[in-house]
Formats: sequence, structure tokens, C-alpha cells
Amino acid sequence: MGMGIPKEQGLYRPEFEKDNCGIGLVAHIKGEKSHNIVQKALEVLERLEHRGAVGADPSTGDGAGILMEIPHEFFRRELNKELKEHEYGVAPIFFPQNEEERKQVITIIENIIEEEKQNIIAWRDVPVENKSVGVEAGRSLPIIKQLFIEKNKDEKNFEARLYIIRKRIENAIRELEITEREYVYIPSMSSKTIVYKGLLLAEQVRAFYLDLIDPLVKTAVAIIHQRYSTNTFPSWDLAQPFRYLAHNGEINTIKGNVNWMSAREPELYNEIFGDEISKLFPINKATGSDSANLDNALELLLLSGRTLLEASAMLVPRAWEKDKEMEDNFKAFFEYHSGLMEPWDGPASLAMFNGEELLCMLDRNGLRPARYLITKDDILILASEAGTQDIAFEDVKEHGRIEPNRIMYINIKEGKRYTSEEIREKLLNKPYREWLEKNKREINDIPNANRTMKNKEESTITRLKAFGYTREDLQINLAEMAKNEKEPLGSMGNDASLGVLSKHSKHLFHYFKQLFAQVTNPPIDPIREDIVTSYTSQLGVKGNILETTEDKSKTIKLNSPILTNEELNKILSLDEEDFKAKEVSILFENEKESLEEALERFFVEVEGFVDKGYNIIVLSDRGVSKEKVAIPSLLATAGLHHHLIKNKKRVGVDLIIETGEAKEVMQFATLIGYGALAVNPYLALETIEYMSEKELYITKGDVEKKQAKFIKAVSKGLLKIASKMGISTVQSYRGAQIFEAIGLEKSVVNKYFTGTASRIEGIDIKGLEKETIDRHMKAYNDFLVEDETLENIGDYKWRKNGEKRLFSPEVVASLQHSTRINDYREFKKYSKLIDEQGENLATIRALFKFKNGNKSIDINEVESVEEICKRFVSGAMSYGSISQEAHEALAIAMNTIGGKSNSGEGGERPERFTDNRRSAIKQIASGRFGVTTHYLVNADELQIKMAQGAKPGEGGHLPAHKVSEEIAETRHTSPGIDLISPPPHHDIYSIEDLAQLIFDLKNVNPQARVSVKLVSEVGVGTVAAGVSKAHADMILISGYDGGTGAAPLSSIKHTGLPWELGLSEAHQVLILNNLREKVRIQADGQMKTGRDIIIATMLGAEEYGFATAPLVVLGCVMMRACHTDLCPVGVATQRPELRRKFVGRSEYLINFFKFVAQEVRELLAELGFKSLDDLVGRTDLLEMNKAIEHWKAKGIDISNILYSPKVEGHIAKKCISSQDHGLDKVLDQKLIELSKIVLENKEKVEINLPINNINRTVGTMLSGKVAKLYGSEGLPEDTIKLNFKGYAGQSFGTFGMTGITYTLEGQGNDYIGKGLFGAKLIIKAPKNVSYKAHENIIGGNTCLFGAIRGEAYINGKVGERFAVRNSGAYAVVEGLGDHGCEYMTGGRVVVLGETGRNFASGMSGGIAYVYDVKGNFENKLNKLMVNNESLDSKDKEELKNMIEKHYKYTDSDIAREILEDFEKHLGRFVKVIAPRYKELLAEGKVK
Amino acid sequence: MAKLGGFLEIPRVEASKRKVEERIKDWKELYVPFTDEYLLKQSARCMDCGIPFCHFSCPVSNVIPEFNDFAHRGQWKEALAILESTNNFPEFTGRVCPAPCEGGCVLGINDKPVTIKNIELNIVEKGFENNWIVPKPAKAKTGKKVAVIGSGPAGLSSAQQLARLGHDVVVYERDNKAGGLLTYGIPDYKIEKWVVERRVQQMEAEGVKFVYNTNVGVDVSVEDLDKNYDAVILAGGSKKARDLPVFGRELKGIHYAMDYLSEQNKLNAGEIDEISINAKDKSVIVIGGGDTGADCVGTATRQGAKFIYQIELLSKPSLDRPQDNPWPNYPQILRVSTSHEEAKECLGGACKGDEDVREWDILTKEFRGDENGNLKEFVAVRVEWKEDEKGNKKMQEIPNSEFKVEADLAFLAIGFVHPEHEGLVKNADLKLDARGNVEANEIDYMTNKDKFFVAGDMRRGQSLVVWAITEGRQVAESVDRYLKK
Repeated sequence: MGMGIPKEQGLYRPEFEKDNCGIGLVAHIKGEKSHNIVQKALEVLERLEHRGAVGADPSTGDGAGILMEIPHEFFRRELNKELKEHEYGVAPIFFPQNEEERKQVITIIENIIEEEKQNIIAWRDVPVENKSVGVEAGRSLPIIKQLFIEKNKDEKNFEARLYIIRKRIENAIRELEITEREYVYIPSMSSKTIVYKGLLLAEQVRAFYLDLIDPLVKTAVAIIHQRYSTNTFPSWDLAQPFRYLAHNGEINTIKGNVNWMSAREPELYNEIFGDEISKLFPINKATGSDSANLDNALELLLLSGRTLLEASAMLVPRAWEKDKEMEDNFKAFFEYHSGLMEPWDGPASLAMFNGEELLCMLDRNGLRPARYLITKDDILILASEAGTQDIAFEDVKEHGRIEPNRIMYINIKEGKRYTSEEIREKLLNKPYREWLEKNKREINDIPNANRTMKNKEESTITRLKAFGYTREDLQINLAEMAKNEKEPLGSMGNDASLGVLSKHSKHLFHYFKQLFAQVTNPPIDPIREDIVTSYTSQLGVKGNILETTEDKSKTIKLNSPILTNEELNKILSLDEEDFKAKEVSILFENEKESLEEALERFFVEVEGFVDKGYNIIVLSDRGVSKEKVAIPSLLATAGLHHHLIKNKKRVGVDLIIETGEAKEVMQFATLIGYGALAVNPYLALETIEYMSEKELYITKGDVEKKQAKFIKAVSKGLLKIASKMGISTVQSYRGAQIFEAIGLEKSVVNKYFTGTASRIEGIDIKGLEKETIDRHMKAYNDFLVEDETLENIGDYKWRKNGEKRLFSPEVVASLQHSTRINDYREFKKYSKLIDEQGENLATIRALFKFKNGNKSIDINEVESVEEICKRFVSGAMSYGSISQEAHEALAIAMNTIGGKSNSGEGGERPERFTDNRRSAIKQIASGRFGVTTHYLVNADELQIKMAQGAKPGEGGHLPAHKVSEEIAETRHTSPGIDLISPPPHHDIYSIEDLAQLIFDLKNVNPQARVSVKLVSEVGVGTVAAGVSKAHADMILISGYDGGTGAAPLSSIKHTGLPWELGLSEAHQVLILNNLREKVRIQADGQMKTGRDIIIATMLGAEEYGFATAPLVVLGCVMMRACHTDLCPVGVATQRPELRRKFVGRSEYLINFFKFVAQEVRELLAELGFKSLDDLVGRTDLLEMNKAIEHWKAKGIDISNILYSPKVEGHIAKKCISSQDHGLDKVLDQKLIELSKIVLENKEKVEINLPINNINRTVGTMLSGKVAKLYGSEGLPEDTIKLNFKGYAGQSFGTFGMTGITYTLEGQGNDYIGKGLFGAKLIIKAPKNVSYKAHENIIGGNTCLFGAIRGEAYINGKVGERFAVRNSGAYAVVEGLGDHGCEYMTGGRVVVLGETGRNFASGMSGGIAYVYDVKGNFENKLNKLMVNNESLDSKDKEELKNMIEKHYKYTDSDIAREILEDFEKHLGRFVKVIAPRYKELLAEGKVK
Repeated sequence: MAKLGGFLEIPRVEASKRKVEERIKDWKELYVPFTDEYLLKQSARCMDCGIPFCHFSCPVSNVIPEFNDFAHRGQWKEALAILESTNNFPEFTGRVCPAPCEGGCVLGINDKPVTIKNIELNIVEKGFENNWIVPKPAKAKTGKKVAVIGSGPAGLSSAQQLARLGHDVVVYERDNKAGGLLTYGIPDYKIEKWVVERRVQQMEAEGVKFVYNTNVGVDVSVEDLDKNYDAVILAGGSKKARDLPVFGRELKGIHYAMDYLSEQNKLNAGEIDEISINAKDKSVIVIGGGDTGADCVGTATRQGAKFIYQIELLSKPSLDRPQDNPWPNYPQILRVSTSHEEAKECLGGACKGDEDVREWDILTKEFRGDENGNLKEFVAVRVEWKEDEKGNKKMQEIPNSEFKVEADLAFLAIGFVHPEHEGLVKNADLKLDARGNVEANEIDYMTNKDKFFVAGDMRRGQSLVVWAITEGRQVAESVDRYLKK
């Protein structure tokens, strides 16, 4: 294996590699250097080992390292030279193993240093212990030397010079033709700091780098990093920390950030670098990791003279726009800087150090944890978890956490930690508000302008036809948005063909699929967490980010990236020094020039205008006529964007698109995602007027209001699309290219959509031209009288001669008929319709053909139907989405044939656990509805749903009217209240979090295998590799086309990929990483026939899921009305009168599965295989079916799908062993042993034990045992008492069962009491702490997430998202972070202190009582679903009772204070409750 | 969707018919015009399905959910636009179509289907009422000439489509009015003839020329067609009636149904003054249980027959779908047509109302006549259908079940075999398929002879009006492509 991440191959794309991790730092606040700091830091690193990962080789980690001050004394001794501190720089350098090549590199380095007029002091061979590294790491071990560079005495800015030198070396090496070039890497080159890092496990760091154990190696600050990457490839360079920072998280907008950075290069200037600045280019490189690129950007800003505070606030700005608590002048700081740089957006916990200043911060949403403590002797220890050092509690001055959006800033030279007021003051070094007031305008400030159209406009209807509008566009899309201000919903997935397979002319937008976050970063909720989102855009954003001058505040603010005609006219009228607008037509006459020529002409034309000083380019396709055809707006936009970037003219130019094409959210998203600042959808707006006038699908009148609603709906939709990727602002979404192309030839993608993945190729520019003209010409008929009826090609609902859909009427009819009468011959008619699609293609697999020349075998030699059926599972569909009858029929059928049914996300009625209606697979989804301990222990498989096919990256919303008594009971919620499933799992924001959840589930039910459901997209293989490293036993790759649930139509259509791609990619990448052998793969998404199963197997699947087809067997007629609860055949409805119409029977399903298995057998016999297992991954048996004549599909190249990675022979290509979950080492083994007596005889027991952060998920395995033995009821209160002292690891008390009392004296980490099911939790500060418990943090993030019942008493503050989705637990806590009680549906939460922002967002049930200490609670409350009110007598009693208990259990000071004069304090309590819940409470329907 | 959940609240209600005793006294259409309230309610039952099986089942691909939605809102003009986008003559199908759409309606799985046909008819009639249906002559002329032979629904729809596309179209008709079976075959009480004339007028305004009383292939030679036209569409229908060659077939009083029915239509239209076949006070045997048979029953009832007896060889359909006829296929179930309603109640002018005039599982054995060669007796035997070992149904006579019935008239309503071969088909040397229809595929509809196309029953064999319209539209598309090539 070579060095570094492998090149692009098969479906694998290296740019999708991800890493998440644990970070930590140890510092002496007063700047006192000591070796102790190094040792402590390395200990912290070792205590975070579980946040990292190992691959197939357990001795090789993903990387770890340390960033610290240069150990000056040490080097002086080592070099035995008189060195002056900060007058020399040190650069550790990784070199090739090949001596010859090493020499070449050294020569280059030395020459550059000489050219830059600095002197080399010495080369030092870094002493390392090679034996201490892992097997894989050892193979790629570089030679490591340190270079010492002496500062030239004339050099004014030595750090900047070292930066130039390093950049020049990097650029020179890039050009160097040597075989081991990948080895060359410079971890750091500075006169202040140094980095030791490598492809090491935590404990290997000190064993490998012998320097680190030398007592003379001293520093006041040490940042450490433990990497968890999604691969096992040896990449020494991607280990962290980088030169200035360690990053835990993921920059979702990285592509855009890197592109914009590169675009800025021509404008970058400041006095420090002067003309030399070009030596630094490129600042970023597209291939580096997101963290590495962030570090590069930070480095540029810092060395250009910005302070660490300033630079960090520019890169990761606060969500300032909607912050009610933020001071105005501070807002001005952020507003000003938003005119310079888009946020580097994504979950982030950052630790930065430049030798003097130390800074830690979290992203705006607090999606990564950072806990710290400060000792009485000024040592700061910060890490992703608490408890990484065994510091005695009495020595601690403060226990805290970094809050979302907040900065901890320490200057060690000054020995000072800045307060937030001081930080603000330091940042407000310029009169930002004054500048803005003087220079910044809003679009409303620009006077209205008239515009004379250059071209005569044809009638609305003609243009609608020319732009390919269909009746569905009007009826379904535009009408819904103009009426209801939201996107239309649909259900039952998308069985229509991909754009490239369609025989219809498709808009270019249809060749792109939205990417979404899964596992490695969380999607966000743009509705419930809108405080962090923004769709503000501005004209005039400046390129030179290296200066802070007044002119940079000259921008014009747009309220939305969707412009009305008036707004566009205003912009077009701009003709002033800083804003000069130019309209450029994107029409072309195809009689005179080709599309390609037209694009070239137009690019050059725009370049000319840019050269002339126009900085607002408005691309317009107004004025189409028979001769004049509109260039696809996306092609023009993306093409121009990249053309200008390539020609270094992009920066300072704003692209605005005036197009008739854009009408649904996906189209706006692609335009903006490929660089447009704003879009004016003039024809969509005009259509709304047209429709309104004609009363077509909407009412008459109020046109402007309807148009405004449309614009709002689009804006909201845009944020939703960005949120799927975890991006919260349109500004950073712009140009971020969060798409994969599917069906476009590489030449098109490389030229116009540079950097976008397109893995099966497809049509070229000529093909696009043909489609464009075909569509255009539909509007022009010389003979036929024009009518006002648009066509309808059935994009959403089936239409004859419309889009091909696999579930055609014939297919539905033949499938139902054959399975009802149990007639295999009839079934063959059905499968023929599916398998033989001819030229009317719907799926990629239809292009496949089995290679000839196989030796058939007798079918009797092939494994049995029964054996094959064991590999079948039914898709996850919740009881709630489908009726009880349908849900149970599925379970009975799967249990009968030996397959597995899936409960879906809504829980399962306990009476089904033990009979043939039991679902073997129990799903764990983001809402955790019905996920009780009892539910979990009654499963053979626990499935974590990371995403669902219909709407990956989005949450769900079960409207109140669908929540019947039975459903509410099963889900442990209240009937008649809304149930919201959040977009992310709030305990999975990164891959190490997923590993933790897998561990939790494995603990609660060690017998069940744990599977992770992913949705197919580019990079899913990389994610799968990470998931395998997180010890999943099975990975499910879901196709985008499946998914029965209700979802926005644009999500159903435009997100995710067919399973053929995702499955094959996952299989390939797992093999590349040697991770395939421990994990099984399942595929689902429109699985229908034996041929589908065979192909899935050949592409790497070992198991297969079916959902839509079984529903059809049960009577579903693809009504696509599941979301209306009006399913006319009783399948997807809860209405009793409709459920009575259900005629499905499990027998029909049994027939279906047996038929499919029989087909599998027949095909196996034909191919000459005895079992499916032998066929896994045998893509060599497949080829493209050349007989298919389809002009678009002809360009498709499936070789990447059929690619088989070349790996060493010992690497398994299917699952042959199992994961090591490490359950034998958990503390619960001991707990179970100690409580044996209880488990056997129901006696009482009390256990006292110490605990530390390595003890994760404590008490969960024990709870699982209790649930298994005693069922849902559990044990009587206090039967098992567990008393711990110390720092508990993550997930303390997770899934805790009734009858167990957990007492923790000390501190807890994230996920305390997650999924609590009756246990009592007491977390209290040790008696001997010197601080006030209620002012300090005691628990981490996401405590009591998904709790169902039980009690929790927490004697201190906790982090973000306390009691999210709590449905019944009663909790008292003394303060909490942002988003408390979000999505809560029941239970009680008492907060005896401050809450963070966005409290109770989306809370539909339960009550929170908040002690409003500062009187500012109102600002923090999100009133989307709740009201705040005063307490009535019943509330008072309840509150008092809870506080009394809290006092009793924890001895809380604040509780005592309140109880001492309860009536006095009562006035400060605010009750938070949802109105509907209040009604239900009054009606006695809930408790 | 028309109305969310409308189907749960509103039951299907059939259209009202005039009272039997009233309607058998005239030849006027027998349905009472719909009220708006009826239509708004019935259309609200439509569920706007993800797969509209009605639309799938409709040969002419009517986009039913979309016009139902407009109908429900009372937006008749918008509904009309949707309807006209697929169907040239909804006023024909709205009256005489057996409505396979309703057989496919998803509501029909466990409830009663939407009354699609009534809604369709109302939309188009509202269109005529409000003068929304106006001629749509082409904007420009292509200069190409097309001859359409036959003015049944296939000929008419192809002619209209082509004229609107700018071609000069001449329709040749052997009879003296356009419409084919619509005009001469189907009784007026199902479709009054002004309905056809109204449409013909529109087509004339769109530039279609009609040449009547001309037998192409005889009056106009194939060579002339070839010389004078750029394309020729044959739409002459499947006119060769199936015969029943049993003993006594030659007796007077035994007629093909179509001869009987067309005479009455011509009388109604004033084309002739009297009819030669009149069932008044006669005993009538109708052989064949299909729609034409029913038309004979209805006509005979109106003429005042004394006794009517209709037989069918096949078995009596069940009231529910049999297992081998699942949804969404057209349900093969027992239907009671308006003619049977009438005959049951009002035979011989005395309305009493008891038994069905139909019997199933009957095989005709012979006709017996008097010395003058007039039919007097109809002799038949009962049969039963049994499956053989291969699953094919085989007929067996039931021993000793022969019976006879008094008969003055017998009408053979047992279908048509193929188009007439004499004349045009033979003269143009057209290739026939195994069933004797003119051969052409459904993609280009072209015969073996260049520029000669064929559509409708002449190509597919006897079928529904809606199929004829569909084929007419499709052949027009093919001809247009051919002419513009």
C-alpha cells in the first residue's frame, strides 16, 4: 500500500473522505512552561482514544498528534548551539524513504531557503521508535527530520517569511517528478510552535516521538488531536493538529470556501506581503481535508496581520442576525465581515494556538462538545469530554463548557483569560457600525427603476411551453407554493426514471442530485433551529480579505436570494462607481451557432464587461422566440462561474440570473449552489399572475401576496436543502456545489461544473443542445392553433406516454393478481415487465446484462427458496405511517418465511414482542419514538436509521390528526399532538458519536446485531467505511427511489441516488480499506424481482430489503396519498373506516417472496452458481446491454459500477467474520455480576464503585438484563442502587430501567440518561468542591434525549439540547445550554437556572418550569409551538414537589435557597407549555 | 385532488333516466340532463390517484383526474381544455362508451367508481352550450392533401387532427351522412344525430371537405387517390357482419342487426319514409348478448314488439368480478342495459315489469318457417361450459334440452368479422392480417402500400368508438410525420 489516500477509482472519490475526532488541550493560563503540560496533554490524548478509530489493522490508528510551543531549551541542548528564542524557526519535515528522492527534496528546500535569504542552522534526525507504530502505519512510515532555520537579521517578519518558504517548498514539491512525492509533508514551520504528529494511535505518540518524553521539552500550551477518519489509508499528513489549529467537526461548505478562496487570489493584497503574495498561491488546495484547508485560510489571515480573535470570527462567525441578546455594535462587526467572507460552515470544535494566543470555539449550533476545567493553579484542561485527567475535585476552580458560537480566548503572554465583554471590546477595533451606516444599503434603499425590455416578449403560454412548464408545475408546484408558502408533499418514493434514462427532454437540473449529511456531520433543522440560519445575501462582497477598511462596507443587502422583478430592475439600474450592472442575454440562435459556441461567445462577452468594470452581471433569458433559444440557465451560470474563476476574474463580480426556467426549489438551489448570487424567476412569477387571473389552480387576486409566498417558499426550501448538508446560511451554500451529477459526460462536468462528481457519465454538450432545442420547439408550431393547455408528462403522478415508471398500472395489477391467486406464471408476467424495460428505461440496472458463457447447472443443485428467503427483509415502515393491519401482515409474512420485518421508527406494541407479529428488526430513528429498553431487548437486529430514501437529511412530522390513541401509546406520546422527528439524531453529529450509539445499543442488547441505514449518494462508500470502523455489524444502502414516507416532492425527486451506485461504491470502498470482511451489506430501494436480487448480489449485497412491492402486494395502488391519511385501500391510513377496506393478507406476501426466491434460484442455475453467497461482488459477470437503443443512455458508462478494486489476495471481498464490540471489558459486566442476586431473586442491592470517562454506557447492559427478565415494568423503585464517584463516560445511565437508581458524585459527559426508561438518576457535585454547583457544568450535551419515563436530578448545569424529545421523564437541572426541551412531547423539566437560546423549540407536549433568574428568558424561548405563562396551583404543587425531591437527593444549594422561601421565588418561575397539550391536560387525556 | 376525502362522504349516484313508459314512446335520448349539483358532488369523489387507472384504462387516454378536479370546482372551460387535449369527440364517448375508465377507477376496488362518463359528457355539452367549442382551423396550410375514407369516429378524428395541422383533408363517405355507425348503427335514444352533425359542422369550418355517397375503390379509383393525394387513410370500419349458418337461415324475417337498426335511424332522420323491418306486434328473437343486441331490443321495444327474446351463447356473467377478471380490467359482470330495463317492463306496450328478456348458455339450432318462407319458429338448445384439462373452456350441449320459441323476426347481433374486402381493399391490393383486417402496426399505421394508412375497426377489427377515435388520432400523427418528412 502506498502513502496517502488512493486516487479516484471505480466509484470511489477521494474528496469525500471525512474525519471526525476528539480534541483536547492543556495550558497554563499564565504561560508557565513545563514538561508537565506535555505529559498531561498526552494523557488527555490517551483518555480520548475511544473517540478515534482503528481500521482492519488494530495497531494502526487514524492519526494523532500534538501542537505546542517550540521547546527551546531542549533544542538548544540537542543542537548544542546558542539559539535565541524566536530568532530561529523549526520545521519538522516528512521525507521519502527512498534516499535518492530524499536528497532531491532536501536540495529543493535548501535552495528555497537560500533564495529567501534565511540561513540553515541544522538538520536534525528526529529520534523515533519505529517499532511502536502499527503494521500499516509502519509500511508508510516517512523519514522525519527537523530543519532549523535562522532568521536573517534584516528580516522584519520572520513568521511570514517562514510561511512563504513553506509555501514555496510545497509548490516546488508538487512539480517534482518522484515516486514518493506523497511522503513529503511539512507539519509546521514556525519560530513559535511545533507539531509532532503521525499515523499513530494515542498511546503511540509518546512512544514514537522520543523527544516528547524528554523533561526538557516544555511548553505552556499543548493541543492534541485524536483523528477518526472514514478510511484506513495511511496518510501521515492528515493527522492533526495542523499548524495553528485542531479541528473536530466537518466543514460542509468546503468546496465553495476553497473555490471562493482561489477566486480571491488576484485581489489579495496587504503591506506585509506586498508583491510577494503570489508566492503563497494557491492558498488552499482542493484535495486537502476540510480541516487542513481551514488551517490554510486561518494561516493566511493570521500572517497577514489579523489577530487570532479576528481571524477566527471571520471564518466561523456567530449566528448574529437573529440573536436577540447580541449588542448592536457587535452585530455590526459580523455584518461588516460578512461582506468579506462566507462562513466556513459546519460542526466544529476548534482549538487554535499561535504561540501567544490560545482560542477555543464552537460552531454556531454547538454540534461538537468541548468541556473544560481550570484548576486552582491555573491549568486549563479542555477536551471533547470531561474527565480526561484525574484531577481531584477539590483542586478545581471551575468546570465549564465552550458554548455554541462562543469563544474562549487566553493570551498566555499576558497570562489573561478574556471575558466575553473583553473579547467583544477587542474585536470592536474599528467603527464598524458607523462604516455600515455610511456605506451599506438595503435593496429597499435603491430607488425604483423602470426597465425597457430589449426583446419583445411572447405570450405567457408560449413562453411556458418554450421553457417546458407542465401542468404539474402549475398545479402541484407553483400553486402549492403560492397558496401555502411551502413546497408540495408527496409519498411512495420516486419510481420514475433518471433524467438521462428518460425519453423526455429534461431540464439540466434533473441531472443533479442534492447531497446530504449522514453520519459524519448532522443535517440541521431549519424550522426548529432557524436562529442559526440566514438567507441574507449581499451585492458587492469584496475580494481582499486581508484589509479592514471602510470601503469594504459598501454592499447592498438582499433580503432573499430570490428577487422580485422590481428588485431586479433596481439592481439593473445601478450605475455608480462601486456598483455597475450589465445585462447579458443568454439566448442563442441555434441556426447560427451551436450551444457550445454560444457559451464560449457569451463567456468572452462577460469577461469583456468585467474588464470594463462591470461588477454585477445579470444573465437573462428574456426574449425567447422561435429563433432565439435560451441556454439552460444552470449551464450558463455554472459555466460562467468556473470560466471566471479559471481566468481569475470571478472575485468582486456578482452573478444574478434572470430566468424563465426556475420554478421549483431544486432549480434555485443548483443555480445558487453553482455560483449565482440571486435569481429572478420572472416567468414563475408571471405564471402565478397568469394562474390567478384565470383562476387556474389558485384563486383570483392578491397576486403580489401570492408571489411573495412563492418567494418565501423557495427561500425556505433553499435553506432546507442547505440544512440537509448541515449548512445554515445561503451565503456559504453559494458556490458550494453540494451536488452530484448523474448522466452527464465528464467533458461537460469538467468544463462547466468543475469539481462535481459524475460517475456514470451520460450525455454531452451536443445532447444537452438537442434536449434544449427539442423542448424549445414544442412551443412553436407553424400550423396548429395555439391552445392554452400545457403538457403533463407525469413527473409526479403516472401519465400515459409520460415518464416511465416502474410501478406502471400493468405492474401493479399483475403483481397483485399473481400473488393473490398464487400463480407463478402470472408472476412471471410481472417480472418481465420490470426486468425487460427495453428502450423505455427506468433504472440503471436495466442497462446491465449477464455475460454469456456461463455454465448453467441443474436447478436442484441450487440452494432452496427457504435459504434465500432468510436474506430478505421488509423495509422500515412505521406503525403510524401504515396501518396496523398492513404492519402486522408484513411481520407475520417475514417471520413465516424466515426473513425479518422491520418495525420502522414508531415503536411496536409490546404484546407483539412474543408472537409471530414480532418485528425482528427494531429501528432507532432520530425521534426515538417508542424506543424503550423493553423494545430494544426484544430485537434480533437494531437498526440505526441515519437517513431515509425519500428524504435523506430531513426530519419528519406526524401531524396531530394522525396520532391516534394506539399510535400515541406505542410511541409513548399523547394522542392528538404533533410528533416531530428531527433531521439529525441528536446523539450523532459525527462518526465517533455513531460509534458511541452502536456501543450503547450493543450494550443494551448484546445478542442483537446493529445495523446502520445509509442512503446512496456519492461518498456513501467512504461513510460506510467509517461506519464499519464504528463496529456496525451490517450496513444498509438504501436507494433514493424507495422510501414510502411522506416528503417534499423536491426531496423525493432530487436527493440521493439509485442503490446500484451506492451499493457498489460501499462494497468497493470497504474492500479498498480492508473493512469488508467484518460487515454485511444490505441493499434496498425498489427491489422487485429475482433479477434485482441477483444484480444487487453481484454489486456486493448479501441481504435485500423490500418495501414498496410488498405494500403493493397488500393492496397499495400507488395512490401517493399516504400523507393525507386517505389511503383508499387501508394500507397507509389510521382511519378505521379505511382500515376496514384492507384486503391484504400475509399469505400474498409469502407467495411474493417465494416467487422472488424462485426467480433467484432459476437465475443462479442459469449462471451456474449454487448459492447467492458465491455471487457476492461478482461484477465480472455483468456487462452493458449494448442492444438498448436510447440516445441519451448510450453515453452512460457503467464500468465504474462494475469496477473491482485491486487489492492484495488476503483481503476479503465479503463478510466472513464479525466485529469486536469490546463488550467483555465494560463496567456493566461487573455490575451484572454484583447484582446477580437481584436479577435472580428480586432482592435489593447497593453497589459503590469509582468511575472515569473510559467507563462508557454504564448501567445499560444491566438495564437490558432487567428489561429482558422483568419486561416493561422493570423492578420496584431503588431495587438496584448504583453509586459512582468520579467522571462518568458518555451515555451514563442510557436506557436505564425502572428499579435502578444511579447516583453519580462527580461529573457526567454527553447523553446522560438517554432513552431513560424508568430509572432514577442523581448527578451531584462532590461535597468538597469549592465552587457553587449551580454555576458549573456537571453534565454534557443531549442528556435525557428520548427519555420515556423515570426521574433525573442534576445538581449543576448541563450542555446543549437537554431533554430533547423527552416524552415522559421528570427532571430537575440547574441550568442548561441551547435548544433545551426541543421537540419534547411529554414529561416535566424544571430548570433552576438560566437556559440557553431556542428553548422549547418544537415542543409539543410536557411542561417546563424555568426559574428566570435574569428576567431574560423571553428572549431565549422559541414560541413556535409553546406559550409562556404563570403557574397555577397544581403547577406550584408539582414544582415544589420536584424541587423538594431534588434537594433530598442532591443536597442542592439552589434548591435549598428556593425552598427556604418558595412563595418568593415562585414569581420568577415561568411555565412553558404547548396550547394543545394544555387542552389535553384539562380534558384528562394526558398526565 | 377534487376534494380531499370526498369519496368517503359522497356515494355514487347514477344519472337519472326518463321514465320507461315515457321514453319508449319516442326516440329521444333517455337520460335527463345533469344538474350542476349532481356533477359537483360526483366529481368530488375522484381521488386524483398517483396512478390514475381510469386514465390508463381509457383507450383515448382521457386525463380524468384533471378534468374531474376542474369539474368539481365548476371550472368547465378548464375541464374542457383537458378533455379536448386527448379526445376529439367527448360527446360521442360520453354517450356511447362502455366506460372502461370506470372499470379501472381505483374507487371501484372496494366501492363504486366515479361517474366519469357522465362528467365527461357534461363537460363537453357545457362547452357547446357556452360556445367554447369553436372551429380551430390551422394557422397556415402545408399544401399537402389527405383523403380519409370513411366517416366513422376513426375517420372523423383523423380528419380533424390533420386539418388542424394544416393539411387539406377530404373525407369520402359511402352513405349520405357522416358518422358511420354513430349515425346509422346506434339508435337515436343513445345518441341523437344532431350530435354528430354538430361536430361535422365544426370540422367543415376547420376546412375538412366531406364527399358523400361515394364508394371509394369503385366510384373513385385507387389510382386517382394515389395521384391526387399525398396520403390516404382508410377508416372504413369492420362492416362484414358475422353470419349464423344454420338450417333455415334463408327464411324471411332473419336480418343482420345493423340492417334493422340503420333503417330505423334513417326513418328518424327523414332519409326514408318507411321501414321494411318493423317489430310492431311481432315476436322478436335477438341473437347475441352484446350492445348491438341490446340496441335491437330497445328498438324493437319502441316499435311495439309483442315479445322479445334475446339469447347469448356464453354463460351468464356473475354480479361480481370473477377471479380471472381482476381490477383494473373491464369488469365482465352482469349488466342491465336501458333496453333491458325497458323490455322487461314494457313488452307489447303494456308495462308490467318482471323478467329479464335474456337467456344465456343458448345455442341456436335452426330456424323454422312457414310455407311462404317466413320465419315462424326459433329452435335452440341449452349448453354448458366446462374447462378441459388445459384450462380451456369447452361448450357442451345439454342432452334433451332442445326447445323452440315462436318467432317472426330474428336479428343476428353476433358481431362483425372484418372489413369488406370487395372494392377498395382488393383493388388497392392491401395486405390483410390473419383475421382479415387490413394489416398495419400501431406505430405508423401504414399499410403495405406506400402513402396508404389504415385505422379504426378496419385495422383492429370491430371495437369501441373510443378505440376508433384513438386510432384516428394516432394515424393522424403518423401521417403528419410522414408528410413533413
